[in-house]
Amino acid sequence: MINQAAIKDLIIKMADDELIQGHRNSEWTGLGPVMEEDIAFSSMAQDKIGHAWALYRILHEDLGGEDPDRFAFLRPEKEYRSAHLVEMPNGTYDFSLMRHFLFDQAETIRYESMQESSFESLRLLSKKVKGELKYHTLHANAWVMQLSKAGEESYGRMQQALNDTIALAAGLFEASPEHEAALIEDKVYPGEAELYRRWLDRIYPVLVKASLNLPAITAIKPVYGGRQGIHTIHLQPLLKEMSEVFNLDAEAGW
Amino acid sequence: MYGGGYIFDEPNKKQLREEQQHDEPEKLAAFEERIAKGEKIEPGDWMPVEYRRQLIRLIEQHAHSEIIGALPEGTWITRAPGFKRKLALIAKVQDEIGHGQLLYNAAETLGKSREAMINDLLSGKSKYSNVFNYPAETWADVAVIGFLIDAAAIVNQVANAKGSYGPYCRALERICYEESFHLKQGHDAFIELATGTPAQKAMLQDALNRWWQPIMHFFGPPDKASSHSEKLMQWKVKMASNDDMRNQFLDSYVPKIWELGMTLPDPALKKNAETGKWEYTDPDWEEFFRVINGGGPCNAERLQVRKWAEEQGRWVRKALMKPTEKRALPVA
Repeated sequence: MINQAAIKDLIIKMADDELIQGHRNSEWTGLGPVMEEDIAFSSMAQDKIGHAWALYRILHEDLGGEDPDRFAFLRPEKEYRSAHLVEMPNGTYDFSLMRHFLFDQAETIRYESMQESSFESLRLLSKKVKGELKYHTLHANAWVMQLSKAGEESYGRMQQALNDTIALAAGLFEASPEHEAALIEDKVYPGEAELYRRWLDRIYPVLVKASLNLPAITAIKPVYGGRQGIHTIHLQPLLKEMSEVFNLDAEAGW
Repeated sequence: MYGGGYIFDEPNKKQLREEQQHDEPEKLAAFEERIAKGEKIEPGDWMPVEYRRQLIRLIEQHAHSEIIGALPEGTWITRAPGFKRKLALIAKVQDEIGHGQLLYNAAETLGKSREAMINDLLSGKSKYSNVFNYPAETWADVAVIGFLIDAAAIVNQVANAKGSYGPYCRALERICYEESFHLKQGHDAFIELATGTPAQKAMLQDALNRWWQPIMHFFGPPDKASSHSEKLMQWKVKMASNDDMRNQFLDSYVPKIWELGMTLPDPALKKNAETGKWEYTDPDWEEFFRVINGGGPCNAERLQVRKWAEEQGRWVRKALMKPTEKRALPVA
């Protein structure tokens, strides 16, 4: 029997990251630097929000959790488990793009590691989303590479964006101390420390190709807290906005 | 969605009449014969100066309407209640931007670049559908826009898809196909509110009351007031008269609104059993022209958002350009 509390904790973290990152992506709709990027970001927003929905449904159907809509939209802020990276406002396109690159590489590594998960629902979902993520990372890699090699201003912006996001992104791999050992032992996934190593191996070659200056791995101080319900000041206003219509009458159909 | 029936024209007719006289009579006759036979005109084909000018205007305004039209609904993506509505709304707004892209491409085949069109939009020279100069105040506005404005746009676009210019017709065919899904999601959200709690019904009624005049405006001024559309209809640039399209819309959708127990803010609105035509109080056409000339509640805000996007994105577009190229190309 796999440890249910540990599985729930893992799925909530993943789902909340996807929901909030999807929300941020969707804020680019209509505002992108070129129309093609508007379309790309709203398309990725749909995928992320779709993944979040699938994960909340697993919680609901397999693990006795609440109705996915209510759980996703109506929890108090403290009960969210999103990482600080995804909570940050979109800022300018360079910040959003670098976050997209780091987040999608992390997400890809995570789902790849669950291709053989002992928890069937996660195993099946991870096979399903793999195909979508391939395009997200292709998109991110192409743009990071192109913009990093396109003259001084563009290069400077990409370097600054990397400096601003790397520690936040490392925070995606914050483990829950009370559950981590059980998840590894039960072969649900290989654990956050292992995913972090794989992620660094995956992003460094792309960043090197883009000629960006890499931070020394030991100098990265991951920004933790999200997994324990300690959030940035940006999450509460986001949640308020997200639930605004629902909260007019949470019992009504919409 | 979103090309309205009305094509804004700059008050600059004298010079154009002169230009038009340069069309060679034999070529013009052959051109008009092709159109009469139902042939499509393609980008490299000979066409009258005025035909090209009117088409650029039409397609460009349609394209602007798509990208500006994404804004009022776009602001509700982050607030959409629940996964189903949220995903449908993002997909819908994304489609609209995609339609803008298709239409800019179609207009570019007539000799005006996307950059030039966007610049004209931002400077206020080129217009877009008036309907987007009104605010989307509540979630019910999203349902009204998705149902009724998409429906109105479909009436107009299905007609235009049978027009004479090949690239525009082909773009419209794909657009209409996607619009029919938008209409479905709008209708579904509309029904949910119309059959919901008293507060939801009141919210929907309020939205209908506010949107009714802009919707009546959508197809443009009455036929008796619009000039020079005869040539455009002969050339199959304009495919149906404003009044005919308005009537077709009323005929299809007013009964659907009434069936759901909602009302419309026009006591004179009724179908004349003898003529088969709808009768209604003329909307305020002075308001229509005031809004198209920049005086609507959201004109400044809409353009400001577009300007923000253009300015914020400038470094990206610059970075995509190679020294030998004049235009930015997307990498992915």
